[in-house]
Amino acid sequence: MSEMPATAVKRPAETEPVRKVKPKRIKKLRTGSGKLNRSLAGNTLLFILMGICGVFMVLPLVMIVNNALKPLDEIYQFPPRIFVRNPTLTNFSDLFVLMNESWVPFSRYVFNTIIITLGGMIGHVIIASMAAYPLAKHKFPGLKLLFSMVVLSMMFSWTVTQIPQYLIISWLGINNTYAALILPAWSYGMGLYLMKQFMEQLPDSLMESARLQGANEWQIFWKIVMPNVRPAWLTLAIFQFQAMWGNTGGMFLRSEELKPLQYALQQITSGGVSRAGAGAAVTFIIAAIPITFFLICQSSILETMTTSGMKD
Amino acid sequence: MSQAQAKRLPKTQRYDLRHEIWKSRASYMLIAPYFILFFLFTVLPVLMSVYLSFTYFNMLEPPRFVGWANYVKLLLEDDIFIISLRNTLLFAVITGPVSYMLCLLFAWIINEFKPKVRALLTLVFYAPSICGNAYMVWNLILTGDRYGYLNGFLLRLDLINEPILWMQTEKYIMPVLIVVQLWLSLGTGFLSFIAGLQTVDKGMYEAAAIDGVKNRWQELWFVTLPAMKPQLLFGAVMQITQSFAVADISIWLAGNPSVNYAGATVVTHLLDYGSTRLDMGYASAIATILFLLMVGTNQLVQRILRRVGE
Repeated sequence: MSEMPATAVKRPAETEPVRKVKPKRIKKLRTGSGKLNRSLAGNTLLFILMGICGVFMVLPLVMIVNNALKPLDEIYQFPPRIFVRNPTLTNFSDLFVLMNESWVPFSRYVFNTIIITLGGMIGHVIIASMAAYPLAKHKFPGLKLLFSMVVLSMMFSWTVTQIPQYLIISWLGINNTYAALILPAWSYGMGLYLMKQFMEQLPDSLMESARLQGANEWQIFWKIVMPNVRPAWLTLAIFQFQAMWGNTGGMFLRSEELKPLQYALQQITSGGVSRAGAGAAVTFIIAAIPITFFLICQSSILETMTTSGMKD
Repeated sequence: MSQAQAKRLPKTQRYDLRHEIWKSRASYMLIAPYFILFFLFTVLPVLMSVYLSFTYFNMLEPPRFVGWANYVKLLLEDDIFIISLRNTLLFAVITGPVSYMLCLLFAWIINEFKPKVRALLTLVFYAPSICGNAYMVWNLILTGDRYGYLNGFLLRLDLINEPILWMQTEKYIMPVLIVVQLWLSLGTGFLSFIAGLQTVDKGMYEAAAIDGVKNRWQELWFVTLPAMKPQLLFGAVMQITQSFAVADISIWLAGNPSVNYAGATVVTHLLDYGSTRLDMGYASAIATILFLLMVGTNQLVQRILRRVGE
């Protein structure tokens, strides 16, 4: 900010709507790189800053990958090295051996995680979209109140409601079932919020013409709206996947045979020296899967996030 | 004049709310499944939490009303709560604004690059916040013996003579947790900023340059930030809520309870009473205070941010 000159600068807000500028005048203002208002010194400073922070961000992830490939003697080496010298996959095979020795078979944990994650994901995408469509495109009494409650719910974390939620789940008699994790996940606020913001930009004419042809609201929602908001529900699915993926079942699932993969993996990583190799493999698996999903869907997610802003 | 008339008109016809609701029945049918669950798992729990905070409740006997006793005990007698409240506020005051600024700064720099590089850099900065419980890797970095990466690194540089017990030494716990929390904090808000920056009209930059905007800082302040205000508001909610809820990293890295409760936060204190001591009334009082803190701060910051550029 110190670079700001004392001369008053016209606020661009006053110049709106954006004027057409003659290309020649703009060309004069461009610097060597062909960009406006960019100095070499500024570029260098910012890129160095970002480089340092980027290394800090990525280093732990690099360590996860390298540790997973290290043989045991390299994990316990002094001085510790970040990069692996003799990469091996024994940690992964150790993990499978360990998992198959356990009381509940490994495949059972995987199955539980698939049920919980898919159940939480698909259900949430469908019912949050169903609710988002009227909130975005219809007018009805109570609309504003309901939506502001959802926005309010994004302002506190789920830890706050954990205890009563546990009581409610017990009353409903779904404690220690998959539903204890799946049903609350369907009502997350952020999914509805993002979906509603995205749907708002659909042109009304789209729905109007379907209505004239006699389609009911459900048909409009399912056949017109949903196919047009594909990036948004893909984003919801990914976010929900991330939220469900980290879930260990906590106090909602007590039976060992219902626990998700994440729980089993956590048991291994807290297993100490003898399991360090398998633990490194586990950490890699935990981190790699959500990152891969994000990588695949990045452009859809960013498209959805452009509408995430809070208007008045 | 014509506007005022238009406003008066509906008063002459009797406005029938019930008719309005009946007409919108299709809308209500569509929102019903979501909002039934929303009331059951979000609204009702908040109300119950407030109610339970005035009771003694151990899950075995029915709740017994005790008035303000839980709150009095919390604020006057519970020294650990005061420590945890101080730590949580420290997280909120430091990691909240700093992570918000970092989200904005990095999104802004990343936006300068070509799409492919941009996608890669977005992944680099966003990855830590989504990689599940991968913050466990910090356990390896912070191990208190010579095999810890940080100790090994500092020993090799001769900056220290003997390994430091990072997570067992009171004065290091909070600074280390703050650093790890910052590492984890470029999440949804960061994505929102990246996406928001791409929607700013290029023509506005050109017009601003003609009007005398001379460098990138002025451009950021006068053009970019006002244009992405909605995203700034959304990002603030994400970062604030996150910074008040720090618990998992504290439990995983410093333990619960941590040495002299140096890493205790309001949430770890809540978990201590809620799941270990089963004093649900007391835990609900903690939850209620946390709820008020989170929502209060969010509302305040929203009000301040909305004024920016007005």
